[in-house]
Amino acid sequence: MSGFFGTLAREAFLQHALIGGLLASLGCGVVGTYVVAKRISFVAGGVAHSVLGGMGIAYFLGASPLAGALAAALVAALIIGWVNLRWHQNEDTIIAALWAVGMAVGVLFISRTPGYNADLMSYLFGNILMVSRADLYVMAALDAVAILIVTLFSKQFLAVSFDPEFARVRGVRVEFFHLLLLCLVALTVVVLIQVVGLILVLALLTLPAAIAAQYRARLVPIMALAIVLGMAFTGGGLALSYAPDLPAGATIILLAGTTYLFSLGARRLLSWHKTRRTRT
Amino acid sequence: MTAPVIVLENVSFAYDGVPALEDVSLEVEQGEFMGLVGPNGGGKSTLLRIVLGLLAPDAGRVSVLGAPPAHARGALGYVPQFATFRRDFPVTVEETVLLGRLGKTRTLFGYRAHDRALARRAMEETGVAELRARPIETLSGGQLQRVLIARALAGEPRILLLDEPTANIDLRAEVDIFDLLKTLNARMTIVVVSHDIGFISPYVTRVACLNRTLLCHTASPISGEMIQRLYGAPVHMIRHVTAREPGLPS
Repeated sequence: MSGFFGTLAREAFLQHALIGGLLASLGCGVVGTYVVAKRISFVAGGVAHSVLGGMGIAYFLGASPLAGALAAALVAALIIGWVNLRWHQNEDTIIAALWAVGMAVGVLFISRTPGYNADLMSYLFGNILMVSRADLYVMAALDAVAILIVTLFSKQFLAVSFDPEFARVRGVRVEFFHLLLLCLVALTVVVLIQVVGLILVLALLTLPAAIAAQYRARLVPIMALAIVLGMAFTGGGLALSYAPDLPAGATIILLAGTTYLFSLGARRLLSWHKTRRTRT
Repeated sequence: MTAPVIVLENVSFAYDGVPALEDVSLEVEQGEFMGLVGPNGGGKSTLLRIVLGLLAPDAGRVSVLGAPPAHARGALGYVPQFATFRRDFPVTVEETVLLGRLGKTRTLFGYRAHDRALARRAMEETGVAELRARPIETLSGGQLQRVLIARALAGEPRILLLDEPTANIDLRAEVDIFDLLKTLNARMTIVVVSHDIGFISPYVTRVACLNRTLLCHTASPISGEMIQRLYGAPVHMIRHVTAREPGLPS
């Protein structure tokens, strides 16, 4: 562990990694809370996986994979949202299709790209140690956009997530805010992919908010706690993985997953203990 | 009784070709407390959703306060059946009631002090002010129903529309809710959808019976023959069912 902190003080790459993790936690805490409360993790999963298609095409064309990821995520979110609003019952199928087709497109384009083959593994599982200063600026900007929009429209997002029919009666443009929320999910997914890759992104998006929801009963406190937890997981996972040279993304996710299960178990045990005490 | 606040003229509506309403004409006067009764699937909720502007009729004309329904939304208070949202959503009573201010408050950022004052007053009026910090998943059915009425009142409606407000609660709470509605009726028009004709008749000023078409609208006591036409069953059967199982979920 002292090796981690020693290197952190000296080396820019590790500082970038840590800052990247902290920036990712902001987005995942705020947007992840809506994903958990609205139960749209499957939508987020579909968006995350279809991102590979955009990255692959961008890579093939020699453009920035991050720009490709952003475009693909937004397109996928809008398609899923639009299908949900038009033919509600088909949402499931279209998500599954985007999920797989997006990955297939990505794999195809990457295989056709001449020269040294891109490290597909780092797209899939992330490589937080490769995060550059420019990446950090992009992540910070995406975070800022997400937090600004949520701050401006917190009332509408609550109404649309909790009781869309009532929101419509009150004159809220439910379709618009539904699509806007999915676009925020897309932005956040792109930020998180830098840290843990597109396969593991779902866990980092949902687990901090899911744990926080066990202890807090309102969206804003859940977001705050989820941000703290996300920072603890990314920072802690990075530190734990450093000395034994483990993959950072996977370590972060395992830390989050273990905490979630532990918290779930502890709460069950606690409520069981309580009911037993009141009975006797 | 002045000009009608809700007017439906020859309204028809079908879900994917399955008719739900056929040629329904109905007027609701200002200050009325109208009960809209009929069997499940008889089109009561559909009618309410048309008045709210959530559905557009296939034929016929609807006007609410002299305007198309979507333009009158600011004057409507809506209390849905609480099957329309998840009980375990992380939201408190006060946050829920404040949602009733949407459309009346500013678009950006949070609520104003004025919104909080109106929400507070609505919670006091419906007797849920002490519960304001509670998550809605900890409420009983009767408490939640009062919260939903408070949410509708927070928008300062002129017309209150309720869809089966007592479908999931016990008889004691049901009486309390209708006593509350009776009080509210002093200052606003109320339309309440119910499948329980026996229970609501002492409270309402008029009953409209709906089974795809409008079968009757009357202030006089409902006859056995009418119930037979409405439900397709002899009156003693209906009485038997409603007397034994008041407020049964629909």
